[in-house]
Amino acid sequence: MPEHTDRNDATGTGARRIELRALAYDVAGTRLIDVPALTLRPTGTTVVMGPNGAGKSLLLRLMHGLIRPSAGEILVGGRPLSPRQCKAQALVFQKPVLLRRSTVANIDFVLKARGKDRSRSRSLLDRVDLAALADRPARRLSGGEQQRLAIARALATEPDTLFLDEPTASLDPESVQAIEGIVAAAARDGVRIIFVTHDVQQARRLADDVVFLSNGRVAEEASAAAFFNGPETDVARAYLSGHLDRLVET
Amino acid sequence: MPITASDGHSIICLAAALASAKSACKPLPFVGMSLVFRKFCRKREILQQIAESVGLAIGLLLAADADLLEIVTLSLYVSLSATSIACVLGLPLGAILAVTRFPGRGPVLVLINALMGLPPVVVGLIVYLQLSRSGPLGFLGLLYTPTAMIIAQTILIAPIVVALSRQVLEDLHLEYAEQFRSLALSARQTIQALLWDGRFALFTVALAGFGRAVAEVGAVMIVGGNIDHLTRVMTTAITLETSRGNLPLALALGIVLLALAMAVTAAVHGIRAGTAGHADA
Ligand SMILES: Nc1ncnc2c1ncn2[C@@H]1O[C@H](COP(=O)(O)OP(=O)(O)OP(=O)(O)O)[C@@H](O)[C@H]1O
Ligand SMILES: [Mg+2]
Repeated sequence: MPEHTDRNDATGTGARRIELRALAYDVAGTRLIDVPALTLRPTGTTVVMGPNGAGKSLLLRLMHGLIRPSAGEILVGGRPLSPRQCKAQALVFQKPVLLRRSTVANIDFVLKARGKDRSRSRSLLDRVDLAALADRPARRLSGGEQQRLAIARALATEPDTLFLDEPTASLDPESVQAIEGIVAAAARDGVRIIFVTHDVQQARRLADDVVFLSNGRVAEEASAAAFFNGPETDVARAYLSGHLDRLVET
Repeated sequence: MPITASDGHSIICLAAALASAKSACKPLPFVGMSLVFRKFCRKREILQQIAESVGLAIGLLLAADADLLEIVTLSLYVSLSATSIACVLGLPLGAILAVTRFPGRGPVLVLINALMGLPPVVVGLIVYLQLSRSGPLGFLGLLYTPTAMIIAQTILIAPIVVALSRQVLEDLHLEYAEQFRSLALSARQTIQALLWDGRFALFTVALAGFGRAVAEVGAVMIVGGNIDHLTRVMTTAITLETSRGNLPLALALGIVLLALAMAVTAAVHGIRAGTAGHADA
């Protein structure tokens, strides 16, 4: 367990605890998300796992206030999710949406819009190793570079909570390592991370806690050590061993 | 005094001018000439006439004829001013319509789309009624001035700018909306960002507006009056000179207008091609 957890708890970050209560999200009569109760740790890194279509992206968008739950509530630090709390969060989308501007202008835009110190853009680009590409059109960056820029842009808002939706899917091992490094550094700086991934090895490297989703429901929720050493549900066990297909058939 | 020649009228005038020019310079030599041969001669004479006029027109262009320059300059001044004003007013309005949802938005969009097809003469007539001495804005004394022409063309193309920019920006907003909400941008910041990020597409919208303004004749004819050295622009001059039989000047202006239209099309094309492979991809 990383030592930073205690330090953050000591500074009272419990105000960031996210609680879901009887949360449901329906589309056209189908219940896509159904979470009776879930509490996410206020610090460190929570990894959300689950097969395609399990509802991971929907859950992030619900917690970030981009979509409204059909029923139930989301509490942050004991209070219902408010626009101000959403503003203190940042989300890196599964597919980054970058502005049609240069790399550095993408950062400048957010710094200006949020009233932050604009001289920080270069240091933010340094943090994600994009300083050399600052003046390139952002949309011509490679996939991995675009993801790094999207993370830098999210960090530019100085979030207390950072949601990342499969930021390393379809990236080469080097880019994956770079992004994991950036995320781990942000976590060390006290940003609470909620990270969606399919990659079991990556989850092992990053997670303090794991939430395992299946069919819009929380199948399992445990500390990383407990989850990876002895998953309790069949579906999680099958997922970890890479034999989910076999479980579905039986 | 305003000269209000309709397009049909000017075509008849062109034919009459050609016919009179022909009979003046080339009386037919043979009385017993076959009809086919006579027709052939006539055709050849008209072609010769046109070729001569084209030659003179090119001469005017090459010599940068003072009258020609004055007319082209006023045309550009009026239509570029109208385009600028229509954009300053129309682009933000298009952006607001693109990002907001309010009751009655559908009918508003239908109305603006319908206004895109406003006939220039109708716009000219409406502005004329406002600006004429007995009209509500008659005291401004703007009738038959370039300002009146700018007003009329602005009204003519503003709906085009609003409707097309609304479409462009709504598509862009569809792509950006969630990201912008995640960044907690205000409506104002969203609109500013859309206008800037859609700048290439919006420039083609402006060009479309300019193209319509510079090529229309009905509105500027009515409110400008086609007064020599004051409100005579390319389209009204072409109408007048053609009806007068002064084909070289009419053709020279026609060539400039055509070149301008092609330049606008080429620019739109270039911007599309440029942005497709560039940051817009
Ligand atoms: N607006 C919507 N209308 C209908 N169905 C939807 C909608 N949004 C999501 N879904 C469905 O909800 C389910 C969960 O979607 P979600 O995007 O959260 O999956 P995910 O866990 O992120 O999957 P992946 O790993 O493929 O990204 C999917 O079956 C999806 O088709
Ligand atoms: Mg997803």
